[in-house]
Amino acid sequence: MSKNTLTIISFIIIFFSNIGGAYSIEPNVFVQSTVNRAAKTLGGNLNKIERIQKLKDIAKETVDIRGIGFYSLGSYRKSLTDEQKNKYNIIFEQYFLKSFSSRLAEYSNPEIKVNSKKKINENYTMVYSTLVATDKRPEVKIGWRVYTKNPKNPLIRDLIIEGLSLVRTQKAEFSSIIESNDGDINALFESLKNFKN
Amino acid sequence: MKKFILTSLITLALITNVSAGTDGENELSKKRPGKVKDCFESLNRGTFALNQGLDKVIFKPVAKAYRGLPSPVRTGTSNVLVNLSSLITIPNNILQGDFKNAGVNTGRFVINTTVGILGIFNVAKKIGFSEYEKEDYGQTFGKWGVGPGCYLVLPVLGPSTVRDTAGSFVNVLGGDPWYNASTHGNNEYLSKSDYMATKIISGIDFRAKNLETIDNLKNNSLDFYASVRSLYLQDRQKKIANAKATIEIMYEGDWEEIDTK
Repeated sequence: MSKNTLTIISFIIIFFSNIGGAYSIEPNVFVQSTVNRAAKTLGGNLNKIERIQKLKDIAKETVDIRGIGFYSLGSYRKSLTDEQKNKYNIIFEQYFLKSFSSRLAEYSNPEIKVNSKKKINENYTMVYSTLVATDKRPEVKIGWRVYTKNPKNPLIRDLIIEGLSLVRTQKAEFSSIIESNDGDINALFESLKNFKN
Repeated sequence: MKKFILTSLITLALITNVSAGTDGENELSKKRPGKVKDCFESLNRGTFALNQGLDKVIFKPVAKAYRGLPSPVRTGTSNVLVNLSSLITIPNNILQGDFKNAGVNTGRFVINTTVGILGIFNVAKKIGFSEYEKEDYGQTFGKWGVGPGCYLVLPVLGPSTVRDTAGSFVNVLGGDPWYNASTHGNNEYLSKSDYMATKIISGIDFRAKNLETIDNLKNNSLDFYASVRSLYLQDRQKKIANAKATIEIMYEGDWEEIDTK
């Protein structure tokens, strides 16, 4: 058997043995890659509209928007009809992407370093990172709650900034709107639809 | 007499608080976060609006001007304020039974006050002291199992709870050595105005460090009041639990039913 044949056979074996796990991705690698993509977008030469669109695309791929939406409803999600759920999913996604992209669009070239990870259970891993300090703001610790039920397609479910959960904050906000409107879920739908930042 | 009235009020507030904690209304404890009642929401929202107005007219412009100072000046000022806060942290470390950190923080205070020239330079950090964690009397009450009571928004001072407000009163009842030295120290170098100045500069320093963050939160909130309330209560929960890295695991149950993908 020639040296070339051996190389080809080895290549084929390695290629096929990797297929099963080819798309499995470690949560910390996933977060660092997502952060790098966002940083590249923010630091690039795109105009504001293009930048926002690009950030929305990244969020659609890497964030569990639907899961976050239901979580944010708290106990109210149990009382929704299927029709209301579908309506809510659409409205929430639009709201989330608008809010998410405009929050990030303010930053230019943020440097985030992924430091460590901690598996909470089969479904979740926390990834810990640091937003490097600039002369305008101090260093910020950011935790990423990554949903790992499907290890080939991890998704971000929460950001914990200096120990404060953004999704919990959003849940409190939604609950406050519903409660101040006597439990009327449509009031929340209206607020989400009318959101302008 | 003034002290007696204050002490009585705090005792009353805390007793009421402990009772409220037992009937299931105040679930926030050091082990498990729960819902803190916003008993005076209308009044709180009014005070919040007042504070927002004051922020717009006074605090934000002052914080922006403060931001214009050279970075070493701001860092030095911030270091001095943090160093002074050790004087509250150390007794609270002891009250919480955390004698190790009480020792570490005492060492840090001595080094930074002497070698670090009144705390301007954080020498302790450079020589390898662990990261500093502030403690206060509200946290200590929480650690002892006292419930937070109702959520409050104080004029100028901002978000608080009955327990944390009571904790703040302890500072001026002898719990803050810096307050005692400047106000009752009977010396020619310090006066009450020095104490007030440090408190005001602390507020400006905090605002200056969070200019963009607060603007961003405000612009992206559907209900800014509810967001600030949630963030304050989460922050207090985290501090009382002293759980830097594990806090998010405490909320695990909230995610159990969400399994959409």
